[in-house]
Amino acid sequence: MLVNQFLILGALLFCMGVYGVLTRKNAVMVLMSIELILNSVNINLLAFDRLNGSSDGNVFALYVIAIAAAEVGVGLAMVLLIYRNRKNISLDDLSEMKG
Amino acid sequence: MFAEETAAVADAAGWFLTHAWLIPVIPAAAFFVIILFGKKMPRGGSEIGIASMVAALVIASGAAYQWIDRVANSEEATAVIRTKTWWSSGGIKFAIGEQIDGLAIMALLLVAFISTLVQIYSTEYVRGDRRYTHFFASITLFSAGMLTMVLAPNMVQFILGWEIMGLCSFLLIGHWWEEEANARAALKAFFTVRTGDMGLLVGTAMLLAIFGTLDIGGEHGINVMAANGEFSSKNMLMWAAVALFIAAIGKSGQFPLHTWLPDAMAGPTPVSSLLHSSTMVVAGVFLVARIYPVFHTGLDINIAGNHVNLIAVIGGITIIIAAALAFVQNDIKKVLAYSTVSQLGYMMMGLGVGAWMPAVFHIFTHAFFKCCLFLCAGSIAHTGSHHSFDMKDDMGGLRKKMPVTFIAWMVSTLALCGLPFFSGFFSKDEIIDSAKHNNYTVFFVVGLVGAAMTAAYMTRATYLTFFGKPRGGAAHFVEGHEDHSHDEAADEIHHDVDGLDTHAHVAHDDHAPLHHGKPLPFAPSDSSWQITVPLIILGTLAFVSGYLNAAPFGWHKFETWLESSVGLPIGEGGVPEAAAFHWINAVPSILLVATGFAISLFLCVQVYGKETSPFKGLTQRNALLGAGHRFLVNKYYLDALYEGVIVKAIAHPIAKAAYWTNQNILDGVVNAVGIGGRRTGLWVYKNIDQRVVDGAVNGSGATARGAGGALQPVQSGKVSMYGALLFGAAAVGALVLVLVNS
Amino acid sequence: MVLASDIEVAQNIGFIIIALAMVFAAVGVIASRNVVHAALSLVIVMAGAAAQYVLLAAEFVAVTQVLVYIGAVMVLFLFGVMLTRAKLGKDVDLNNNNAIIAAPVALLLFGVLAFVLLKGFSDDKLPTDSKPQSTQTISDLIFKPYLLPFWALSFVLLAAVIGAIVLARKD
Repeated sequence: MLVNQFLILGALLFCMGVYGVLTRKNAVMVLMSIELILNSVNINLLAFDRLNGSSDGNVFALYVIAIAAAEVGVGLAMVLLIYRNRKNISLDDLSEMKG
Repeated sequence: MFAEETAAVADAAGWFLTHAWLIPVIPAAAFFVIILFGKKMPRGGSEIGIASMVAALVIASGAAYQWIDRVANSEEATAVIRTKTWWSSGGIKFAIGEQIDGLAIMALLLVAFISTLVQIYSTEYVRGDRRYTHFFASITLFSAGMLTMVLAPNMVQFILGWEIMGLCSFLLIGHWWEEEANARAALKAFFTVRTGDMGLLVGTAMLLAIFGTLDIGGEHGINVMAANGEFSSKNMLMWAAVALFIAAIGKSGQFPLHTWLPDAMAGPTPVSSLLHSSTMVVAGVFLVARIYPVFHTGLDINIAGNHVNLIAVIGGITIIIAAALAFVQNDIKKVLAYSTVSQLGYMMMGLGVGAWMPAVFHIFTHAFFKCCLFLCAGSIAHTGSHHSFDMKDDMGGLRKKMPVTFIAWMVSTLALCGLPFFSGFFSKDEIIDSAKHNNYTVFFVVGLVGAAMTAAYMTRATYLTFFGKPRGGAAHFVEGHEDHSHDEAADEIHHDVDGLDTHAHVAHDDHAPLHHGKPLPFAPSDSSWQITVPLIILGTLAFVSGYLNAAPFGWHKFETWLESSVGLPIGEGGVPEAAAFHWINAVPSILLVATGFAISLFLCVQVYGKETSPFKGLTQRNALLGAGHRFLVNKYYLDALYEGVIVKAIAHPIAKAAYWTNQNILDGVVNAVGIGGRRTGLWVYKNIDQRVVDGAVNGSGATARGAGGALQPVQSGKVSMYGALLFGAAAVGALVLVLVNS
Repeated sequence: MVLASDIEVAQNIGFIIIALAMVFAAVGVIASRNVVHAALSLVIVMAGAAAQYVLLAAEFVAVTQVLVYIGAVMVLFLFGVMLTRAKLGKDVDLNNNNAIIAAPVALLLFGVLAFVLLKGFSDDKLPTDSKPQSTQTISDLIFKPYLLPFWALSFVLLAAVIGAIVLARKD
């Protein structure tokens, strides 16, 4: 197997995740797209790990998974809060940052 | 985690040298004591702060003594390095400890000494403040941060100290956060410095990638490896140096990121004084000096035929821009702030042209006189001008009422201007001289112009503050002792008419401060001993400190002590040797300083000196001396119009016309210099500083609006839009890097 | 992409199948008009990722992936969908009109990444003899050299737990 097949797969998933983050209006779906990005990173970490014959990448892949779990927890809590206040989780309506 | 001691001291060093790590530890411990128990102490925790600083000072002095001894007794004094593993991650160990060499000792001594004086001064200055204890806690931790940074043996500890200072400066600048302007100034300082801090993190990471270690000194440290060319990619070293220099720009208030420094005046004056003399702003310069080989090699300093480099350019621009801005400030602290920015420009420029020793020596001398100047400003505001820093409205004629402050101010000002035999002369002139000697002619000229401008704006500030007639806050208490009560209401009423009737009270000036043998509340007089003693000490040092490295007399003590800290060979292939001193080389700078002084004094007397001339005197003189004199007199009181002091009386078209004729024909030459300089300053202030730089710093929002709303949709406030920009910019950036490297 | 290896045919076929499934599922995640369908597509992507980890000889991570992602995170997502009362059928209002910007950005990003990867690792082969990482190796790494990030991570998780409670509770 080539290392590149995994890396290209990771790159593809990453870019799809980016596309999803940018185009989705629903906040929950934006979070899902972010999960795509995080998974692509993990694939990269493990591919390099195997290429170099080390185990450090496994450790960091685990850390990434843990961070992702934390991120989803907090992210969904925020989405719920927004929903409770606005009855709507469309990110386009959250434009308080308008300059 | 706190593992065994890893590096033993190479050879027997004295107790103070091996225990110099106590210097930051004591104030850091004192911080916790003050925070926890300070409120219950009889003096609100200030005694702990002062005691800790004195202890630090004692150890630093001992270390300095032993270091001098070490230098004298050995051929090549090596740094005393002691470290312990602080933490390790992924097989890389990060140590904490001390690296004591000449540079560290110099900075330790400076910081401990000035912090001690500033704290003593503060006990009087912030007495009765509602957050008195917190003030002393923050200022003690602030000093601890700087001390941690200067004895850092590696970049990690350096960042630690750096960030502690960043936090404390935020707390101290925003000490009176109830006023929104102060809170905003604190935030601005924090964010601006933070922008630069990104450079520090990136640069440090790059150093780790290049050298595989973050140790600064030692045989396998960054400095040695950079100096010996033990790295694979010169290109990467260059970018690391640029990134680190961005950090220095942010912290030391260099040109694009200097806007936070004048705003930082919102803090109490002792804070400004500490911030601007030995800590905080010097940190950036210290960073460059500490890992000088990285910059020297990375940015090709002192390579033959290379007349420009990033550090010198930024330093040079800063000197001129900041000095021009100092002309148009009415707030005495802001004049000093821009002066600091300008002087930091000198230090940077010195480092940029390979004049390491003069630049570091300028850190040393500048700390004393700038600290003294700020404390003088504080002293004036405290007892002279009713807590106002406005030179034009609330000061003037204070020289007789505040003799100690006046003398300390004068000595420091002369040192700042670089008058021969004052400390600034020995350091600043060395920098200018080295620029010429090392073939950086452009920066030699910049240095000379800067020196003349320094002399001019300091003359203006001195004149406004100490000469002329008392105005506003400095004046209206004088009348009080005659027939008014001193309650605030009365003061307020009289405030408005001061501009007109101060003349009547001049006659009482000499005995005015005394009221039944006691000073009146707030009557201009010298402050109590807590304030004057530091002023006297610092004023003395402002004069004396220069003699540690007085080239004209062949005294090079300072140089001998610090030689080993440069990290580069002196002479061929390293830092050029210092030029031999000839008085003839100092002539241009002395002449320019004198010119700046003379022009400024002349203009000051013309513009401000006659400001309070009463109108009856004017008409009398007109009648007496005739038409020839009328132009001159008219000019005086129309200049006052320009200053907006007595608008109504002279809003007269004929006078205006006469003024302009007079202005353009008779005084053409003089005024071209004066007004031109002033206009340039104002223009630079309004357009470059306020619009371009501030605008850029404040983010792209303002720029987009300025560009006619073409980019307005970008600031849609929609998260996805920002995301698109972020990723798009990252992609384009990556593309550029790929194209450049392939 | 080239099927370059002449030894590990089975692995390569496995990779292709799983990768295709992942890509199609990922398209579902970012393009589906039905929130629940998108969430279920995400399950396929994550399961596929777990399978790829096995191919990369990282069993422990693969198992954790299944446990944490498919077991916990997906449930959270479904709860999120439910609690925000998303329409369960087709929803036309899921996307904003940023596709015209997002598509070029994503394509550009992919182009740059692919170019760099193909240039940098043109046909570097993965070692064929690597054994699965034993859990012991990983734990040795976590609790020795990478202890500090582990601590930091613990704090992050703690903060996330507290933060989630504070944010989401009703009062």
